[in-house]
Amino acid sequence: MTVINARFKLNYGDFTLDVDLALPGTGVSVLFGHSGSGKTTLLRCIAGLEQAQQGYLEINGAVWQDSERKIFLSTYKRPLGYVFQEANLFSHLSVLDNLHYGLKRVKNNLGMIKLNQTIDLLGIGHLLARMPSNLSGGERQRVAIARALALNPEILLMDEPLASLDIKRKQEILPYLARLHQQLDIPVIYVTHSQQEVAQLADTLVILEEGCVLASGSLAETQSRLDLPLAQDREAATVWQVIISEHENDYHLTRVEFEGGSLSLAAVDAEIGTMLRVQIYARDVSISLVEPNSTSILNILPAVISQLTEESDSQAVVQLRVGQQLLLAHITSKSLVLLRLKVGISVFVQIKGTSILN
Amino acid sequence: MLSSADLDTLLLTFKVAAIATTIMLLIGTPLAWWLSRTNSSLKGVINAIVALPLVLPPTVLGFYLLVLMGPTGIIGQFTQWLGIGTLSFTFYGLVLGSVLYSMPFVVQPLQSSFAMISKQSLEAAATLRASPLDSFFTVVMPLAKPGFITAAILGFTHTVGEFGVVMMIGGNIPNKTRVVSVQIYNHVEALEYADAHWLAGCLLLFSFTVLLVLYTQIKTSPMAQPFK
Repeated sequence: MTVINARFKLNYGDFTLDVDLALPGTGVSVLFGHSGSGKTTLLRCIAGLEQAQQGYLEINGAVWQDSERKIFLSTYKRPLGYVFQEANLFSHLSVLDNLHYGLKRVKNNLGMIKLNQTIDLLGIGHLLARMPSNLSGGERQRVAIARALALNPEILLMDEPLASLDIKRKQEILPYLARLHQQLDIPVIYVTHSQQEVAQLADTLVILEEGCVLASGSLAETQSRLDLPLAQDREAATVWQVIISEHENDYHLTRVEFEGGSLSLAAVDAEIGTMLRVQIYARDVSISLVEPNSTSILNILPAVISQLTEESDSQAVVQLRVGQQLLLAHITSKSLVLLRLKVGISVFVQIKGTSILN
Repeated sequence: MLSSADLDTLLLTFKVAAIATTIMLLIGTPLAWWLSRTNSSLKGVINAIVALPLVLPPTVLGFYLLVLMGPTGIIGQFTQWLGIGTLSFTFYGLVLGSVLYSMPFVVQPLQSSFAMISKQSLEAAATLRASPLDSFFTVVMPLAKPGFITAAILGFTHTVGEFGVVMMIGGNIPNKTRVVSVQIYNHVEALEYADAHWLAGCLLLFSFTVLLVLYTQIKTSPMAQPFK
């Protein structure tokens, strides 16, 4: 199943990158970390824009770099698509010529069909005749994404494509990225320092710190690992994949199902059977030993405590299993003691709020 | 009016300038590209050598060239070995002198317009399957177009106006090395001020027109804007 193997050792004086990663061949793998964590350098090593002194990179069985065998494929020979932080369009070429630039250099006749699909997918059909200087930041970035996808690459690399945009532009592009996420059949490696983008896009999460991989695994697993700073964060949350099962029109609610249970959400305008990503903040989850029956909270689910933090400060983090899903709860250390919560005991969780990500 | 001898010198001058400019662009482009990208310790030395004719008196450059191109000079021995004799007092000697003398006027505008091209745009080209040579022709050259126009015009006009180097290495041989600036000097020496006026006026008009085109073209061209 794993088709991306990446090992890099690189030294830039005060910065060292030392990673050994295996990533799945489908879905979005997010490289997450603070600035200086090495996430962009790692992405550039994968693209061949940076050459690690020691490195091994294998994608879909093809070796792109193997320093022991002195193999290093130049960037322009790698079948990849790359989206930069700044759109980096060619200012001397129109949008259409920018889109054609890479396409002309790829030898496959799927190109034009793929390009037209991509233009539709990113909603840039009306911009084709314009010059890059007459585009907004968001439009430019959409063209850059289309330009990379038009190559029909085997892998798409994205380096903080939203970081240079203001919140409004981000909101403009995120839906397109979510659409890509559902329609692309190639792996995407996406660099970001934004937890919101992680929640919205990640299937696999890689956390980098000071040039090393702190954690790597499925989003749900990595998000809810108590030994990582992510779970302690005020914004700590878990993302669940759910399917719409029923609309309760009388109450403007939508019922969704997940492996081992169901949830009520504020009405979602989508057909039954649609997949949704639902984010549940740890601070919105409370724990009860008995099933609460006279409460205004709708989402009450049976759960089993799977992990606890030691009570070292006023707040404790509890990891629970609800059906097959992992859930985090932030409670006070006092409650932890008073309720005598232990790993393995059955409890009920009350979920005060949920947010739908797509 | 211009005499036929004057017209010959004009024609010869433009021929030297055209050939020299072509050679300077061919040599200057890779040189300027290397200078704009390298971190080599040689960069300073090469930059200084290229810029030397800007400050060196033309007669000094001409003198060394005369010596080097002579029968005992390095260049002279090389050209003799090639079987083409020596270059001093020949048309191609004049071209060689012009290339050296006007080189900074070609290299410097190219170098500064290359320096404005971001590393990211080249990286973008690489991720779009363009080899380094491919991206030089399809990204660097179009983006550096104002630099090329400026380099070609300055190189050409500067060669047209050259006098000192020509006097040292070319002499004053009609139809071979007698260029327009030398001809003006000849007229003045002979007190033929009317003829000198005609030629000088031609050059003044030529230079002004070229600069006018250059500055209006650069100002209105979207290419002059920095890379976005």
